[in-house]
Amino acid sequence: MEKEKITGAEALMRSLEHEGVKTIFGYPGGAIMPVFDALYDHRDSLNHILVRHEQGAAHAAQGFARVSGQVGVCLVTSGPGATNTITGIADAMIDSTPIVVIAGQVGAGLLGTDAFQEVDLVGVTQPISKWSYQIRRAEDVAWAVSRAFYIARSGRPGPVVLDFAKNAQQELTAYEPMHVDFIRSYDPDPETDPKAVAEAVALINEAKKPLVLVGQGVELGNAQAELRAFVEKADIPCGCTLLGLSALPTAHPLNKGMLGMHGNLGPNVKTNECDVLIAVGMRFDDRVTGKLETYAKQAKIIHLDIDPSEIGKNVAVDVAVLGDCKRTLALLTELIQRQQHTDWISSFKTYEEKEYEEVIKKEVYPADGPLNMGEVVRAVSEATGNEAILVTDVGQNQMMACRYFKYTKERSVVTSGGMGTMGFGLPAAIGATFGRPERTVCVFMGDGGLQMTMQELGTVMEQQAPVKIILLNNNYLGNVRQWQAMFFNRRYSFTPMMNPDYMQIAAAYGIKSRRVIERKELGEAVREMLETEGPFLLEACVVEEGNVLPMTPPGCSVNYMLMEC
Amino acid sequence: MEKKTLYTIIVHSENLAGILNQVTAVFTRRQLNIESLNVSASSIKGVHKYTITCWTTRDIIEKVVKQIEKKMDVIQAHYFTDKEIFQREVAMYKVSMPEFQSNPEASKVVRRYSAHIVEVNPVFAIVELTGMSDDITSLYQELKALNCVLQFVRSGRIAVSTSCFERVNEYLAHREERYNNEKNGE
Repeated sequence: MEKEKITGAEALMRSLEHEGVKTIFGYPGGAIMPVFDALYDHRDSLNHILVRHEQGAAHAAQGFARVSGQVGVCLVTSGPGATNTITGIADAMIDSTPIVVIAGQVGAGLLGTDAFQEVDLVGVTQPISKWSYQIRRAEDVAWAVSRAFYIARSGRPGPVVLDFAKNAQQELTAYEPMHVDFIRSYDPDPETDPKAVAEAVALINEAKKPLVLVGQGVELGNAQAELRAFVEKADIPCGCTLLGLSALPTAHPLNKGMLGMHGNLGPNVKTNECDVLIAVGMRFDDRVTGKLETYAKQAKIIHLDIDPSEIGKNVAVDVAVLGDCKRTLALLTELIQRQQHTDWISSFKTYEEKEYEEVIKKEVYPADGPLNMGEVVRAVSEATGNEAILVTDVGQNQMMACRYFKYTKERSVVTSGGMGTMGFGLPAAIGATFGRPERTVCVFMGDGGLQMTMQELGTVMEQQAPVKIILLNNNYLGNVRQWQAMFFNRRYSFTPMMNPDYMQIAAAYGIKSRRVIERKELGEAVREMLETEGPFLLEACVVEEGNVLPMTPPGCSVNYMLMEC
Repeated sequence: MEKKTLYTIIVHSENLAGILNQVTAVFTRRQLNIESLNVSASSIKGVHKYTITCWTTRDIIEKVVKQIEKKMDVIQAHYFTDKEIFQREVAMYKVSMPEFQSNPEASKVVRRYSAHIVEVNPVFAIVELTGMSDDITSLYQELKALNCVLQFVRSGRIAVSTSCFERVNEYLAHREERYNNEKNGE
């Protein structure tokens, strides 16, 4: 008997189900209509979340992927629908987030003719995606989808784009599920050189003042337990990158805090004092290293990474241990000697105390004056038992949130690190509530970033997505204002911002809300937010000209941090 | 500032549309000029070979090659200095027949470079030279001085490495062996 033939659109539905997809963030349009028509029959198994703008779909897919470890999926139309996802694709690329973006495209016969809503999506997305492919025939659907998911989730994860020509959605094909798990031109987990491992072990065993830099690779590789075992056996203090913050619990005695421009004083200063620096799944971003010419010059550097192109990209390394860090960390742990670095670890204390006295105390426990950003963050974190998922937008809200939130569980930080995408927070938080529905999701945003994707409040309303939105409102584009104050002679060029009444906006969407101005109301307001079922908008009117400190000014050495400005 | 060297980059990729674009984009991002580029089928079925030359430093070329290799459908990328390869270019010089014949120096020049005349008619002749880049340039300059060149074209460089085998063969065999081992080990 001849096999039943189905449309390419139906084949896509079955392929997505075959990949275990349950949630899709999307927005219909002309060139993707056959797919949306097929989706109508699959809406019980494929939960489609209608966003309000395609950028929101991409960021929601990112938020979903980051907290769940699964591939986030978004489904949009051709032309503007597709280009609206570009920011999310680029963001997912630089932050290694597995998403698959499926976009409609004009029929193959019209390609290259400037047809209505035609855009060369493969051409546009090639430099900002891990793989980008145009499906022109229905019979290619199963293969392309399987390959897309394999590429997105394997190795160093990243975004994949499928550009789905309309004729391929409509034509008939005999569907057969596919399982791609090998691409000869792509090595997701490069082989580890035993010689490099031996050299790394020797350096670690001899180190007197070792320091581990924890990157997102630890979370992506599900190597949190392997990391703990490694640093505990070798007794090595750790600094975490922005995206690696929850790979090791905040309260772990070896976690010395955040690295980078607005990170903690201890790990930044110690980067330039340690004798062996062990970087795990991180990419020496300029926001982490500061001036490269003076970065960790005294140290031998060991770099564990799954991506060979990261080795030596920014910082020359002495030993490169390639491969999945879940495997390489376990290997190192087995081979190294148990150590104690008591004096070295306690030498961080001076810097912790200095930072507490000069920065943290003022920011988190002020006696008077208007609310501070840091104190709001800490109040929310503690009210959740430090167990919530933190989502942030970009800017001062992000730095304050990441500095003062505490983490007890893995995969608890969702923030736009490499791209620094304002407007990321709200849609990413919506995605996170679908990725981990059992966890509390708190998103911190500024008044600037909220207004960039504020339309997604419509998605929050429709889905009753339980997003706890904390708006740190200072009536400024605060981060740029801080730089203008520090480096541009306080010339506040277009950073003061007129704001709408956010209580009315929340009310229009039927979202419960509360505004806090007084310090004495803060605790109660946070409690109300967390006790309210479903979404909530908490507007904290914070000090207008608040600054994020400490700070390594751009171009300065990592160990040079301003404690005031 | 590290001195710039002319590097030859040899890339093997799947024969799919759009890969050349991805390879050249790596150079564009770093503001590197590609000196010459040759793309053709390789000895392996379905695999294309790119030979690219570029003036840059060793530090940069190492990073460029890794970033090219990272592209999904690129199989391997390597860089070489001139000492590590045998290399050739092909050039064609279309010369005006009356000028070429009237000057006895012209045919001597062609012989001196061991160039071939591949077409002769009353209007023009075509001289072909396969050789090193500098020879091709100096033959052009000599013919130009004789005022007889109508058209001149040269190919990009093609090169083979001095090692015995095409490394990409071994790589592909190794990849498949590793995959099968992992699969059977499960």
